[in-house]
Amino acid sequence: MKQLMIGNQAIARGAYEAGATVATAYPGTPSTEIVSSFAEYEGVYAEWAPNEKVAMEVGAGASIAGARTLVAMKHVGVNVAADPLYTLAYTGVNGGLVIVSADDPGMHSSQNEQDNRGYGRFAKLIVIEPSDSQEALDFTKAAFELSEEFDTPVMLRVTTRLSHSQTMVEIGEPQAFKLKEYVKNPAKYVMLPAYARGRHVEVEKKFLRLREYAETTPLNRIEWGNKSLGIITSGVAYQYVKEALPEVSVLKLGMTNPVPQKLITDFAGQVDRLVIVEELEPVIEEQVKSWGIKAEGKNIFSLLGEYNSELIAERLAHVPLPTGFGLEGDVPARPPLLCAGCPHRGVFHTLKKMKLTVMGDIGCYTLGALSPLDGMDACICMGASIGSALGMEKARGPEQAKKTVAVIGDSTFVHSGITALIDVVYNQGHTTVLILDNDTTAMTGHQDHPATGKTITRQATRKLDLLALVKAIGVEHVQVVDPLQLNDLESSLQEALNRQEPSVIIAKRPCVLLHPVTLASRYYVDDELCTGCKSCIKLGCTGVSFDDENKKAIINPGCTACGLCPQVCKFNAIKKMEV
Amino acid sequence: MPDKTTNILIVGVGGQGTLLTSRIIAQVAVQMGYDVKVSEVHGMAQRGGSVVSQVRYGNKIYSPIIKKGDADIILAFEKVESARWLDFLKPDGMVIINNERVNPLPVLSGKVKYPDQIHEKVAACLKDTVMVDATDIASQCGNPKAANVVLVGMLCKAIGLPEEEVEKAIRDIVPAKAIQVNLLAFKKGCELMAG
Ligand SMILES: Cc1ncc(C[n+]2csc(CCOP(=O)(O)OP(=O)(O)O)c2C)c(N)n1
Ligand code: SF4
Ligand code: SF4
Repeated sequence: MKQLMIGNQAIARGAYEAGATVATAYPGTPSTEIVSSFAEYEGVYAEWAPNEKVAMEVGAGASIAGARTLVAMKHVGVNVAADPLYTLAYTGVNGGLVIVSADDPGMHSSQNEQDNRGYGRFAKLIVIEPSDSQEALDFTKAAFELSEEFDTPVMLRVTTRLSHSQTMVEIGEPQAFKLKEYVKNPAKYVMLPAYARGRHVEVEKKFLRLREYAETTPLNRIEWGNKSLGIITSGVAYQYVKEALPEVSVLKLGMTNPVPQKLITDFAGQVDRLVIVEELEPVIEEQVKSWGIKAEGKNIFSLLGEYNSELIAERLAHVPLPTGFGLEGDVPARPPLLCAGCPHRGVFHTLKKMKLTVMGDIGCYTLGALSPLDGMDACICMGASIGSALGMEKARGPEQAKKTVAVIGDSTFVHSGITALIDVVYNQGHTTVLILDNDTTAMTGHQDHPATGKTITRQATRKLDLLALVKAIGVEHVQVVDPLQLNDLESSLQEALNRQEPSVIIAKRPCVLLHPVTLASRYYVDDELCTGCKSCIKLGCTGVSFDDENKKAIINPGCTACGLCPQVCKFNAIKKMEV
Repeated sequence: MPDKTTNILIVGVGGQGTLLTSRIIAQVAVQMGYDVKVSEVHGMAQRGGSVVSQVRYGNKIYSPIIKKGDADIILAFEKVESARWLDFLKPDGMVIINNERVNPLPVLSGKVKYPDQIHEKVAACLKDTVMVDATDIASQCGNPKAANVVLVGMLCKAIGLPEEEVEKAIRDIVPAKAIQVNLLAFKKGCELMAG
């Protein structure tokens, strides 16, 4: 029977059916559910790696050892893993190696919208793009075969709409895959220049073979229709095209690197007008045009964001967009925000109060950048906070270090903050680093990581001791505080900032969503004492709001009794009652 | 089977349980033998941002997302959200609104006021708008968190899904200890729409 699966689950299923036994990932929306679903199958090994580069290297080792191996990450994760990836294209594989790049056009949950098909072109990888969950499953299986046949890692490139859309899937039987024999072969796997030169020759040879293969692969197909318009498309954009223009001719590319020159030239020759519909970069379009074929694409469609079927119908069939009801002006924006009771809130309140320059990082706490907390000066990529705080100090002198902090989450610190902290110590910075240890990777849906002491399947493991780690790096001044104790937090920050040495503050309190809140006490606002000053409102917590009629604060049912707002009320108007 | 695609938009605030709701509705459509696609929101918006789940079913579905002006019905878990997504509704579509207010950040920080009368503006645009205190009703059934299933009950009557199929889907999807409360909340929702 067919069942609904999100694209990510279908990829995991495909890998399982292909006999993959090792899967590794660092979480990141929209890729996270791929390896977490794979972990649910019996008889396989799945892990959260500390970052994508390590995941890629674990994948490399598993493949060399002869296992079919799945490595998954979000698009920006591939940047972190790019170093091993490029050279894996040279070494090739033993057991099939499939790397999932989950791109995020529209930046639903990302800091950029890079198009990772570009990696395929530069590293000369096979790139495969499914259009729905069934294809996600089938193409994943095909990807393992291709990886072994062409001795190369395969990039399965998906986007948010595929990863997080449920569509119908017919599952198959898992295939028993026998671990391939491992034979020592330094000329293939030791990338010294002398060997690498030989491997580069192999890369180019197999790419020629691949170009031939692309012409006939069943991953690409033509759906003939009306020949006045021919569309080349791939991924989920195919679905938008079919929805908008069911009657036109479509060349659906399931393999977008390399692209089939003969097939496309042929298709182009049979249609009156050729349009390439691809989200983000003109990856296919530029190649097609380079062959002298007349084609349209980015002259009609944007380089930005996601497409949809009404957009395609409007641009290609002049179907006007609906006018709507015109209520936009009445609707306040609703950006994401820190949960009621989030431990990060106390940190950003304090940083704002102390008027510090905050070099931020990526996680739930990035939401502390938004008003009313307004607590961040910069946030670039995972791990950037510490290095950029050091850079600030080195550019503007040690005085700058007295008013600058780096703020980084626990998972992010383990991912890529450690080496930057080593730089601070090594190069004698005075940087103050706040590690927000909420015992989870919250932003991506609460995954474990080395410092939580639990594996992907929630088995207990050796817990990374952050305190001992930062001390071992050479930071002598380390404090552990509760971020919801505002006085303690502020005084420890003050002390750290004044020191002529690196300092770390570990702000330790679990994410409120980790454990069910059992309320031993509740808060209420004493109307007699509340002056309507709104100090509590400036915490930006949904647990407390302002009653415009009464001109008093009120505590809402969503309050988790974290005890933060009572600390900022100068009139002691927010009181506790036992329940 | 009618050769018509049904498009349902479920909107709310991250954390309100739109995902579970869309999964129940989608499961019903699967049980009835339709082709089904569901688009979900995971990630950042789940932290209290505006979220939307889209369920489409019919004989053959291509796009997992609903076109503007093409939703048959909008299920809004929160008042302002009904207005935010209204342009996705067909001109003769229906909106079911949970009478719940969740202050967005700009309101919390005092930059803008919450538009208290927003549901009236929505109603003025449409033939069919229903407002319901789903959270209260769910509380009476035993758990305010079952508000989403009250709305599913109303939806079920509004678009004519067979009750037994929905009950089966609830049994399959809802965690075991919550099934009874959810079935009760679902019944209440059905009655509200029928009566
Ligand atoms: C290279 C890269 N990988 C993954 C992500 C996705 N991502 C964003 S923040 C984050 C980690 C958040 O965890 P933590 O630092 O502990 O902060 P929390 O959300 O728990 O507050 C992840 C995995 C990313 N943005 N970039
Ligand atoms: S999920 Fe946890 S860390 Fe993220 S905002 Fe909510 S309480 Fe804070
Ligand atoms: S105590 Fe105050 S700050 Fe904490 S959750 Fe409740 S309302 Fe929010």
